[in-house]
Amino acid sequence: MADVKKIATRESYGNALKELGAEHEDLVVLDADLAGATKTGVFKKAFPDRHIDCGIAEANMICVAAGLATTGLVPFASSFAMFAAGRAFEQVRNSIGYPHLNVKIGATHGGISVGEDGASHQCCEDFALMRTIPGMVVMSPADDVEARACVKAAYEHKGPVYMRFGRAACPGFHDEDFHFEIGKGEQLTEGSDVAIIATGILVAEALEAAKVLAESGISARVINICTIKPLDEETVLKAARECGRIITCEEHSVIGGLGEAVCSLLSEQCPTPVRRIGVNDEFGHSGPAAALLKQFGLSAEHIVEVAKAFVNK
Amino acid sequence: MTSEEKKQLAAAACRVRMGVIESTHGAKAGHPGGSLSAADVFTYLYFKEMNIDPADPKADGRDRFVLSKGHTAPGLYAALANRGFFPVEDLPTLRHIDSYLQGHPNMHTVPGVDMSTGSLGQGVSVAMGMAKGAKLQGKDYRVYTLLGDGEIQEGQVWEALMFGAHYKLDNLCIIIDNNNLQIDGKVSDVMSPYPIVEKLQAFGYQVQEVDGHDFDQLEAAFNAARETKGKPSAIVMKTVKGKGVSYMENQVGWHGKAPNDEEYRIAMDELNAQLAEVEAN
Repeated sequence: MADVKKIATRESYGNALKELGAEHEDLVVLDADLAGATKTGVFKKAFPDRHIDCGIAEANMICVAAGLATTGLVPFASSFAMFAAGRAFEQVRNSIGYPHLNVKIGATHGGISVGEDGASHQCCEDFALMRTIPGMVVMSPADDVEARACVKAAYEHKGPVYMRFGRAACPGFHDEDFHFEIGKGEQLTEGSDVAIIATGILVAEALEAAKVLAESGISARVINICTIKPLDEETVLKAARECGRIITCEEHSVIGGLGEAVCSLLSEQCPTPVRRIGVNDEFGHSGPAAALLKQFGLSAEHIVEVAKAFVNK
Repeated sequence: MTSEEKKQLAAAACRVRMGVIESTHGAKAGHPGGSLSAADVFTYLYFKEMNIDPADPKADGRDRFVLSKGHTAPGLYAALANRGFFPVEDLPTLRHIDSYLQGHPNMHTVPGVDMSTGSLGQGVSVAMGMAKGAKLQGKDYRVYTLLGDGEIQEGQVWEALMFGAHYKLDNLCIIIDNNNLQIDGKVSDVMSPYPIVEKLQAFGYQVQEVDGHDFDQLEAAFNAARETKGKPSAIVMKTVKGKGVSYMENQVGWHGKAPNDEEYRIAMDELNAQLAEVEAN
């Protein structure tokens, strides 16, 4: 794993939009008074006429994006995950999902690593909400390279896409020439005792955990799932057949996210014991991101603990 | 408008009202009250005001219409069918399983429908996006959206209205069907949105208040809206819910109820008599 400097995936979102904006005149970006935080400010500076601030009115912003899409533009509607997926859920469902419009939702500040702002802003429900909308692609990139690739793939994809980015800087492990494809999981390490299927910033933790587990003689296969929907069923089923045990890791409630998506698939097609690591049906609270992740068990240490107990059974 | 034109519009409006009765009777459900209060404006928009072509419903340069009060789909469908977007004979399949005439407008199944709507407060925001999209792309089509007077109780409507004035969307015209009735009673009793005109003016709109059943007044208002520059327009139509069918007029119970066979016959007799009168004059 290359030792690259830490970059928050929200930064990657803004940078990718700026790059794409230079190539594609039909790309427009919407914000709800958070361009500074969603990092779309760089796009706004480069293409002020194609940046539409909607003020603090996310419900309207989502539907304005839908209207723009009907005219052939490709809107990227940006806000915090809590407001894009949470507050505006029904607008996303009825005005983007149901008519299957070509709107991309860039949701930053996903998960508990929002940190000091506390529970009101720590959205751990967005995967669950967005997954239930027919035709919605749901992605959660793990580092800078993947996040930028994910934004480009979202632009190329015809139809609604939800992308979740993080606030906190996270380590990178992909090379610049990494090939990204919507719906394709990525096996990062070989392993046969347990498969650790992770998404977002938990992928780096899973990689770290696999190293520690190797020292204890446990061979862990790490799989990065950026696209939570549609899920790469083949990769998950292969891991279940070959490892016999699955651990899922996500900065999201254990209800309705990657863990449950994996469980649904396995229970129908390849019953396999699973341990879900995520936020255990509780709200977060204020604190530094790193301390919170540790406290809520979203860390390499906790993955190691769970894996050891799981494998030794 | 010439008297012949007005006569044509009045006749078309009678047929649109018959379509509302045919479809809700066929569906044994649906929303006749608000479809009938808006029947004249549906007719005016599709037979006079808007640049649309039934043979090319997705034409790039067409004017757009968003039915923000999506439950009055029977009125919109009746106008579209009578204008030639699809066969009038299909109207009674409204809400039937596998019919393309969904209970609320679906842009992918119904020719001429520009946006799928139904959840109140959202269509007006979508119309804002369409108007902003036209401006961004230097296109000169216009965007119209129809809201209910109960619908404007939704907070999102006011978010949208702010957006329209802020971005000076003078290619946009919002229309409010002020029939003063919603499901639970008079809008003024349930949750008063009044004064509507003053609120819209305060939000930066060029506002006109008209009798929504008078084609001369509608024409004057839409002409003035088209000539307004630098700000969006709003037309507040005073209307009668259930207009054209005696027993439905101003009756809150006809918001979302279909006529039975006997009521259907009475309504069609009344509307046929109205049509005969229009054609005789």
